Amino acid sequence: MRVFGLYNYWVFAVLLMIGLYAIIARGNLVKKLLGLSIFQSAVFLLYISMAKVEGGTAPILRYAGEPELSSNPLPHVLILTAIVVGISTIALGLAIVVRIREEFGTIEEDEIQSKVRDQ
Amino acid sequence: MTFAEQLPALAVAVPLGAAPVAALLGRGSLPWALAAVASVASFAVALLLAVAAAGVDAISYDVGGWAAPYGIELRITSFSALLLLIITGASSAVLLGTKASLDAEVARGRRPYFYAAWLLAVGGLSGIVASGDAFNIFVFMEVSSLATYILIAGGSDSRALPAVFKYLVMGTIGATFYLIGVGLIYMMTGTLNLADMEARIGGVADLKPILAAVGFVTLGLALKAGVFPLHVWLPNAYAWSPHAVTAFIAACSTKVSLYVLLRFDFMVFQGSLAEHGVHFSGFLLPLAVLAVLVASATAMSEGHLKRLLAWSSIAQVGYIVLGASLLTEAGLTAGIVHMFNHALAKGALFLAVACLATRFASLALADLAGAARRMPWTMAAFAVGALSLIGIPGTAGFVSKWYLVLAALKTGAAGAALVAVIVISSLMAVWYVWRVVETAWFRVPAAGAGRDEAPLPMLAMLWLAALANVWFGLQPGLPLALSESAATALMRYVQ
Repeated sequence: MRVFGLYNYWVFAVLLMIGLYAIIARGNLVKKLLGLSIFQSAVFLLYISMAKVEGGTAPILRYAGEPELSSNPLPHVLILTAIVVGISTIALGLAIVVRIREEFGTIEEDEIQSKVRDQ
Repeated sequence: MTFAEQLPALAVAVPLGAAPVAALLGRGSLPWALAAVASVASFAVALLLAVAAAGVDAISYDVGGWAAPYGIELRITSFSALLLLIITGASSAVLLGTKASLDAEVARGRRPYFYAAWLLAVGGLSGIVASGDAFNIFVFMEVSSLATYILIAGGSDSRALPAVFKYLVMGTIGATFYLIGVGLIYMMTGTLNLADMEARIGGVADLKPILAAVGFVTLGLALKAGVFPLHVWLPNAYAWSPHAVTAFIAACSTKVSLYVLLRFDFMVFQGSLAEHGVHFSGFLLPLAVLAVLVASATAMSEGHLKRLLAWSSIAQVGYIVLGASLLTEAGLTAGIVHMFNHALAKGALFLAVACLATRFASLALADLAGAARRMPWTMAAFAVGALSLIGIPGTAGFVSKWYLVLAALKTGAAGAALVAVIVISSLMAVWYVWRVVETAWFRVPAAGAGRDEAPLPMLAMLWLAALANVWFGLQPGLPLALSESAATALMRYVQ
């Protein structure tokens, strides 16, 4: 069935929305970053899903007589890069949260807002 | 290969290569010196590229000798050459001019990393405009964004931290949307090279994923470019970052995202999707008009000088998008040349802000009363930049607004309404600029304020930027030529 055939893409869309919801709805900065991380991971799934070739294996050198079909390696490589980018972003985000906590003594968005306004 | 053939690679490699070195140079002035030298060297490369790109369609460079579409291609068109000039010019001018301001705001221990981040931002932005590969653009976008977050948070103002957190979250959402769009296009066409994409989308049987990709790419880049109403990260990020950083990012970072937006929408989608032009301008034209009006109105009642100028930047992004969404060669020319002219005007204005900040503790308008008596040269240069921002004849801002009005008039009845929008928003600009002028010249200063100008290098660079506004207002040849050839190249794809 087509709906189940697109299972991975459904998971992609649902994860994407869970992540986005967490970013918008949570006031805690660390939870926002968790949402951001889920949001990015959803995209990794999109890329990896499109790379899959049915019956395909890793694109490595094979012995004679083994099937030649392999999955598309390029999206995997792209996503390796995107994962690194994602880790750096989250790490930088967490570093900023640490600095915010040092300066404002809280990581709740509304409390920070009111402290900024008081300055 | 000759030296000239290596220029596209050097435009990216010089700042990126200098960045890790800057981080190792210790806490003295050496990291700053290296950053300045690398910026000026990149500016020289950009000038050579602009000269080379003016006569030809595009300068293509295969990274590592792997031919496109499989290898990563660097592709310098006159459009990217113009943007390279803006990026490297802004970086060089700000670094050379504002050392005193940077020394005051960036703690000693942070300096090597700060300048490394600066160079990474320059390298990333240059990479975005130089690259002809969609995924490569994403990577450079993230390099420049992460570096920009560090620059914004690198100063001493703690209010920058919540602002940069917001920018980080929204910037990452924008970049991720772009990544989703690129993934969907790759899924359907099997290519990441922009020129190759354009050729292959025509052969795609089911266009639905491509249409979704158009939405994701356009929205993601609009978010990064601060297109209204996706601008909420911008005012605070500009306002609380170190003053020199504001001058640099206000001159180039939103423009680079707009460059990718235009390049993607025109080069890849316009030629291959029926009705794309209608959707493109139907979506962006109302947003541009709203940006121009709402952001200008907000600037009129804003009480902090930097936030006022930041809101004005959002309005200026609106002008650029307005020009592009007319979908005519004249409109695109106006939009693209406005990227250059606005970079000049806002660069000069934020340099003036940096000068003011060396003597005034607070940049709230109320605290700047009588600033022109204390710093007459700074405020005179500010006035020149402000005239250019409004679009007074004889300044650079006039050239692009004139072209924008002409382009709008050519579109018929609706054009008259657009001209009205442009005129009204220019009057609003007069209003918000006048508030600054009135405070600085006509309010009585606080007690004990004699003549006390900013340090000479800052003042010299500020005046250089202010005079550049006048020079390019009277001699707009170079930016106009590059913009016109960029617009012609983009319009070739419109059906």
